[in-house]
Amino acid sequence: MARPLRIVIAKAGLDGHDRGAKVIARALRDAGMEVIYTGLFQAPEQIVQTAIQEDADGIGLSILSGAHMTLFPLIVEQLKAQNAQDIVFFGGGTIPPEDAEELKRIGVREIFTPGAPLANIISFVQRECGNRRELVG
Amino acid sequence: MAKMIERPDTSGAQPENDFSAQEKTWENASAKGKRRAGAGSGAVDRTISDLPLKTIYGPQDVELDLARDLSWPSIYPYTRGIHPNMYRDRLWTMRQFAGFGNAKQTNERYHFLLSHGQHGLSVAFDMPTLMGFDSDAPQARGEVGKCGVAIDSLADMDTLFDGIDMGDITTSMTINGPACIALALYVAAAEKKGTPRAQLGGTVQADILKEYIAQKEWIFPPRPHMRLIVDMIRFCRDEMPRWNTISISGYHIREAGSTAAQELAFTLADGFAYVEACVAAGMDVDSFAPRLSFFFNSHIDFFEEICKFRAARRIWARHMRDRYGAKDARSLQMRFHTQTAGCSATAQQPENNIVRVAYEALAAVLGGTQSLHTNSMDEVLALPSEKAAEIALRTQQVLAYETNVTNVVDPLGGSYFIEALTNELERQAEDYFKRIEEYGGVIEAIEAGFFQREIADASYRYQRSLETKDRILVGVNAFEKPEERQDIELLRIGVEMEREQARSVADVRRNRDQAAAQSALERLRKACADPNDNVMPHLIDCVKAYLTEGEIVEAMAAVYGRYTEKVAF
Repeated sequence: MARPLRIVIAKAGLDGHDRGAKVIARALRDAGMEVIYTGLFQAPEQIVQTAIQEDADGIGLSILSGAHMTLFPLIVEQLKAQNAQDIVFFGGGTIPPEDAEELKRIGVREIFTPGAPLANIISFVQRECGNRRELVG
Repeated sequence: MAKMIERPDTSGAQPENDFSAQEKTWENASAKGKRRAGAGSGAVDRTISDLPLKTIYGPQDVELDLARDLSWPSIYPYTRGIHPNMYRDRLWTMRQFAGFGNAKQTNERYHFLLSHGQHGLSVAFDMPTLMGFDSDAPQARGEVGKCGVAIDSLADMDTLFDGIDMGDITTSMTINGPACIALALYVAAAEKKGTPRAQLGGTVQADILKEYIAQKEWIFPPRPHMRLIVDMIRFCRDEMPRWNTISISGYHIREAGSTAAQELAFTLADGFAYVEACVAAGMDVDSFAPRLSFFFNSHIDFFEEICKFRAARRIWARHMRDRYGAKDARSLQMRFHTQTAGCSATAQQPENNIVRVAYEALAAVLGGTQSLHTNSMDEVLALPSEKAAEIALRTQQVLAYETNVTNVVDPLGGSYFIEALTNELERQAEDYFKRIEEYGGVIEAIEAGFFQREIADASYRYQRSLETKDRILVGVNAFEKPEERQDIELLRIGVEMEREQARSVADVRRNRDQAAAQSALERLRKACADPNDNVMPHLIDCVKAYLTEGEIVEAMAAVYGRYTEKVAF
């Protein structure tokens, strides 16, 4: 049997709001995935390193401090620099719709805002990370 | 034990005058009604915190000793309020939390709020300031001025209060890790304008325990942080008699996903821990307890919140009197600020948040709050726009001046339901106190991850109940608008602001008297290492020498170390 999908849930920068990240981490775990939660205050470089070392299928980044337009692009850059763009990068937080569109344009696969149903997040991760697994093996 | 309401002796009365017979008749009618409604009626029979709710409450549900449990306003145990005539004596303070961008932008917002009838200021700092980093630190990238104002040095604090009489207004500063530095900056800015520190009124949040529990904006490990708090409380006792030394906060515990009972219990447990630390440092309880204040969340479960506020006052009074031997009435009276629940707001149909905020504000007022912040409808998306901030303030003004709820003290007191739920919340809080005690105290329970686990479990349960639609959130899991487009105007902080602020803090470092700065920093280092010294006067010297927040924190961390959390979810 194939090993379960492996997802890194990350908090970057100085943002201490970890309620959403923890809820998502649990929900993905309850849906049968392996979840690595990075803990708070991680640098973008560390997050990408963790994902590569753990052979993760996806990275979910949570930001509620307003720094999303800086920190999401830094992770996109790191993924490129490490030639790891196959890792599905998604995120969530207090992110206005125009910013979400811009982030999707630069390569963030999906942005979930407060109120997004867990079921949608789970099915997104299963679908996208499942596709990634099929491609990468 | 005397009960508040005795069942009337109706033996021999006519059935229509017989209370028990009426009860039986009602029970039958109620059962029939419930059968008719069946499943799917949308009725939720538990509070948002999972406390079971009955359909109706009667005398059998309340065990209440009038003198012991209820009393009168301004009389122990203060269940009904701390002032004799409550809002007839003094309306609550309308205090809107505000801060964004640089000190100049925030100063303009303060002038706007004060000119629109706000009573006091409340400073929101940005993340780097809250975590002890200067705006040009690598950790600060992307965060400067985003969720509050960037304050790096005395130069910024001067600008923040430009044109504002600091002896005339009161200011609340929401900052915890570097609270003692923020207080030093406030004192220094006021003294530069000629306002003596003894005249300053306001609050610095300084509640570090709830940072480890919920908000996660810490710097040093718990034990040295407690020493800083004790130093600050002692300093204020001696030199700043009008200053509220600490705002013991449940707000963030609730925002992190706790239940009402957890918010109540963990906050009061933190309060007791500060009292114990000060007493252990040799202070008389009545010399500092009157200046302790609290800060609660007002969530959307209307009655549960009102009961939480009532229970909080009673628990605080009982423990302060019986456990800590406080005698001054002011030590027993819990004063608190309330903010409506950010986590109850939704990104979907954000205008609906105006309505949520109004209900939550009403609960806070019926619960007897001393001051209130009403959230803006757009805070789930960005910092409040000026329009949204104005509506939030007007919400309080309508409540205060139009609804007439201010005229009667504790108007829900004596309701079977309210008293039963108040008792139940007190009971649950007492249970939690015992469990915390079993760990050896608050710090030990933090180190064991107890609070963090309890809160994460509760928040996950709540999220699940939304998923299964056991709970309805309007616009989110019911009554959604497909293809919703948001067309409310949002406040944005540009990137150029970060560069400007980084340049300005570098200028401050370059242009000061370096010898004076180094000597002040050296004295601070010594004081940090000496448990018999008080760091506060040295901090004031440091900020007056234009040392930046980041430099001061760095020097302190060299003595105290930095906290890291054990990760769990």
